Amino acid sequence: MKLSMKWLSDYTDVNDISIKDYCDKMTMSGSKVEGYDELGTDVTGVKCGKILSISRHPNAEKLVICQVDVGKDAPVQIITAATNVFEGALVPVALDGAHLCGDINIKTSKLRGETSEGMFCSISELGLTLHDMPGDVEDGILILNDVNLGDTKPGDDISEVLGLKDTVVEFEITSNRPDCLSVIGLARETGVTFNRKFNYEKPSFRCSDSNDTIDNYLSVKISNPDKCYRYSARVVKNVKIKPSPLWLRMRLRASGVRPINNIVDITNYVMLEFGQPMHAFDYKCLSGSSIDVRNAYDNETFVSLDSIPHTLNSSMLVISDNTKAVALAGVMGGENSEITDNTQTVVFESATFHPGSVRKAAQKLGMRTESSSRFEKGLDVENTMPALDRACELIELLDAGEVVNGTIDIYPNKKKLFTLPLDSEKINKFLGIDLTREEMANILKSLEFEVSDDLRQITVPSFRDDVRCMNDVAEEVLRIYGYDKIKSTLSSTAKPTVGVRTERQYFDESLVNTLIGIGINQIETFSFISPSWYDKIRLDKDDNRRKCITIKNPLGEDTSVMRTTTIPSMMKILSDNCNMKNFDAQLFELGRIYLPTKENELPEEPSRLSIGFTCKDGFYKMKGFVEAVLQSAGIENPEFISCDSEPSFHPGRCAEVHVSGKKIALFGEIHPQVIENYGLSLPAYVAEIDVDNLFEFRRKEIIYTPIPRHPAVERDFSFVCDENIEAGKIASVIKNCSKLIEKVELFDIYRGHQIGEGKKSMSYAVTLRSSDRTLNDNDANETVKNILDVLSTKLGIKLR
Amino acid sequence: MRETLERIKNEALEALAQSDAQIEDLRIKYLGKKGELTAVLRGMGSLSAEERPVIGQLANEVRAAIENKITELSQTAKQKALDEKLKSEKIDVTVPGEKVKIGHVHPLDLAQKQLEDIFLGMGYTIVDGPEVEYDYYNFQALNIPEDHPARDTQDTFYITDKILLRSQTSPVQARVMEKTQPPIKIISPGRVYRSDAVDATHSPLFHQLEGLVVDEGITMGDLKGTLELFAKRMFGDETKIRFRPHHFPFTEPSAEVDVSCFMCGGEGCRFCKHEGWIEILGAGMVHPNVLRNCGIDPEKYSGFAFGLGIERIALLKYHIDDMRLLYENDIRFLNQF
Repeated sequence: MKLSMKWLSDYTDVNDISIKDYCDKMTMSGSKVEGYDELGTDVTGVKCGKILSISRHPNAEKLVICQVDVGKDAPVQIITAATNVFEGALVPVALDGAHLCGDINIKTSKLRGETSEGMFCSISELGLTLHDMPGDVEDGILILNDVNLGDTKPGDDISEVLGLKDTVVEFEITSNRPDCLSVIGLARETGVTFNRKFNYEKPSFRCSDSNDTIDNYLSVKISNPDKCYRYSARVVKNVKIKPSPLWLRMRLRASGVRPINNIVDITNYVMLEFGQPMHAFDYKCLSGSSIDVRNAYDNETFVSLDSIPHTLNSSMLVISDNTKAVALAGVMGGENSEITDNTQTVVFESATFHPGSVRKAAQKLGMRTESSSRFEKGLDVENTMPALDRACELIELLDAGEVVNGTIDIYPNKKKLFTLPLDSEKINKFLGIDLTREEMANILKSLEFEVSDDLRQITVPSFRDDVRCMNDVAEEVLRIYGYDKIKSTLSSTAKPTVGVRTERQYFDESLVNTLIGIGINQIETFSFISPSWYDKIRLDKDDNRRKCITIKNPLGEDTSVMRTTTIPSMMKILSDNCNMKNFDAQLFELGRIYLPTKENELPEEPSRLSIGFTCKDGFYKMKGFVEAVLQSAGIENPEFISCDSEPSFHPGRCAEVHVSGKKIALFGEIHPQVIENYGLSLPAYVAEIDVDNLFEFRRKEIIYTPIPRHPAVERDFSFVCDENIEAGKIASVIKNCSKLIEKVELFDIYRGHQIGEGKKSMSYAVTLRSSDRTLNDNDANETVKNILDVLSTKLGIKLR
Repeated sequence: MRETLERIKNEALEALAQSDAQIEDLRIKYLGKKGELTAVLRGMGSLSAEERPVIGQLANEVRAAIENKITELSQTAKQKALDEKLKSEKIDVTVPGEKVKIGHVHPLDLAQKQLEDIFLGMGYTIVDGPEVEYDYYNFQALNIPEDHPARDTQDTFYITDKILLRSQTSPVQARVMEKTQPPIKIISPGRVYRSDAVDATHSPLFHQLEGLVVDEGITMGDLKGTLELFAKRMFGDETKIRFRPHHFPFTEPSAEVDVSCFMCGGEGCRFCKHEGWIEILGAGMVHPNVLRNCGIDPEKYSGFAFGLGIERIALLKYHIDDMRLLYENDIRFLNQF
């Protein structure tokens, strides 16, 4: 809401308060100021000048030399190329040192040998448009004689003459205070905030002779009183359509509204001043001289003022004559009844409609207007008549027509004012302040609440439907008394509460610490992705992960579905980093995926840990990372199972991790086609770990195992075996050979000529230990023999 | 004999005092098996019974004096040799260390962790909730019925008519209140979604942290005290807070909360756009309708709630001027945290 300070001064006087102070204090009393704008400050040094004589420029055919009275002892000489000036014309003259819109500085200069002591101005140089100055010419000099400015004299400052100077304060009005979307509402708040008088007088005007009453013109009926609470109307005859006077146009302009003509301007002016949207119909377009506020018919067509056709349905409310809809209630008028230059009789509408209904209609038709956005917040039903009267007062003031005697005011259910107890003790306690009942009552009275004589009951004014309970009253008191006067306390809950992380929260935290510790950077990526990303990671058409939660109204295709895997997010960030030449990125994300369940039910949101990096031959590095994560979770004996069926991964370099038979992770080298899809120049390795399962299988309690007291015996072996025998298999066969085997560790793999094609040499270190005695050579030799026998029989492996 | 001992002593000490003394040779010369002092001692047998202990003692004193001197000198020599060795082993400490990679916590998580720790210390527990949420919990339970204009101010992503991406973390509050009777003292950090296009200050996905306290006799003064304590912990002991009236459907009275600029201390600077204050929080007393909707008697209990954007905190705290950096995850950015 833009508030013109000039307009405000009609209702309350705060001229002695600095604008900065005004803004700060209004914000602190609950009308939040976004900022302010001082209009007309970019035009300085421009005076009103009267052209005394015009003569030809001796050296230029297209220029003329004017002698201009600018209120000084002697006239000044101005050279112009404009063709619309004449002797006796009053024009704006930018004198030496003047400043114009568009950052133009004016200096005395010579034009083809003749001195010009300034320049005449067009409207655009003064920051105005044809809407502000209707009837003027855009490319000529502004002729002030046409503007009807009364007793303007040469030498008067143009900003004053045209009323360009104003300060506009921009308020952010919250949705609970539609009453403050008006000059009057803000004047009321201003008055209370600065303890100034709020001067409001009921509008008054004369009507035409009493024989000609509104009943001769119009009948109104409300067919759907559930959606139209009140409909007030007046008729104006002998209308003279013309531009509004300058002062009114300037006020509209300051408020961000474009002037159109006197009748339309009046409806806008009243909306801004009273907060009540109004509409003006051309009476002759109302067939049957009647108005019916009814539901639209399904598929009824309607062309709005902006010439856009709409198809309506029965959930929408229209203003109709006896044949057609002439306005979409509370949203916009119809083209079929709009005010034109030929309009002679006008019907003013001032009504209140069901907020939700207006909101829905505006939303459905995609035409949120100034009017609809006010109605949808819920307007004061008692405001229709004052607004309508103000419009008529302006008709008289602007000499725009004759107000016909009488009002139509259909108001089926008179609003009952809401009352509330004033419990000062409770409010004090609730807020942590200390005010007397009288002090509270005085604040409420200043806000136009009625307070009972015993100060125990208050009546909420009709324009404050937002006040409905003790909390609301407390806020009214507090915002005027001052939010800054609340005393800070810390009397917390009665029973003490303990602030601790849950076991799971600790687990997640330690997981992050582990990953940071092993040199991986944390990332955060969007939870929504593009469905095309599933193509990029080569998911099959019928892959289950393609079934995902889809956003009905996404910002774009890129963010339109909730991810069911974190792999594409990781790939994107790896690829982004490679594009920035950050080839050494090692990344992890601890995030959620979103798995659909049943229709109309919430999805599951399990946690996933993804790890990723790009490099050559990184499989075992990734495996090391995965093992570190498992180790930090205290998971023993994870099983690594080769996996050739994951479409995103290299079929020969991908593994699943199983714990107690349950899959908890997948990792490996990304499929070369996926690498290509992401434009990467290096192989990438990604792991996706199910954190919920990881948590489930974590070591839950730490129980100490005694440190062995007896020394260990170590034996190393090298075997030659077929390439396809997995190291893990060999290790587990060895491990199961004897209880004395404490550890089996692979320390070398060798391939080469000596070994032969399709073979590899595997070197293991085996540690033997007994918990109750020191092992001797015999024990060791026996165990080794046993190992060799078993390897030979089970896997056909021989000592190298 | 006495004279001989004195002479040996003097000679020996003198010889040892020479800077280029061959200590080992001298030790052998005087104290060795065939050394001079040993020779003297061997001659002790010829002494009378009265003389023997006297000379014996003297001989021991001479031996001790020489031995002490030798020990002292050899220690010095050893020390010297070590000093020289160490000197020769000097390395260039400015040569870079062996690379040990350490990872970095994402700035959002870093900020979130700090926020969480502050509130954990004040006795709050951390509660989590679904990001894909029912319209009921995101709006209706929080006193935002259908057609409420406040729904416009947070343009919401919908999945179905009844299911949406939560536009705030407040639905967690409603879920907790439904299940728990007071005292309630929780924070709920997490992702929220609003249909704002990406730019330097907006993102369709961002993180909020909300707090909720419900119990008998909770006052707005308690809210202010709590947030004051929080602000001091987060931004420094000198930090002040300011409540400005505002409107949220789920709290009444409501406030926007500013902290004094921690760059200029409230004097006004570029950082705070010369306001001296920086807006960081929304807060208020829980609306009785919300309590009622969640099965808590507003006549008996009252409560306060507050919420802040974690991105905003991270941006302010680390002087990041563009929110997009947080989600681009460029490691040159991440490595700074």
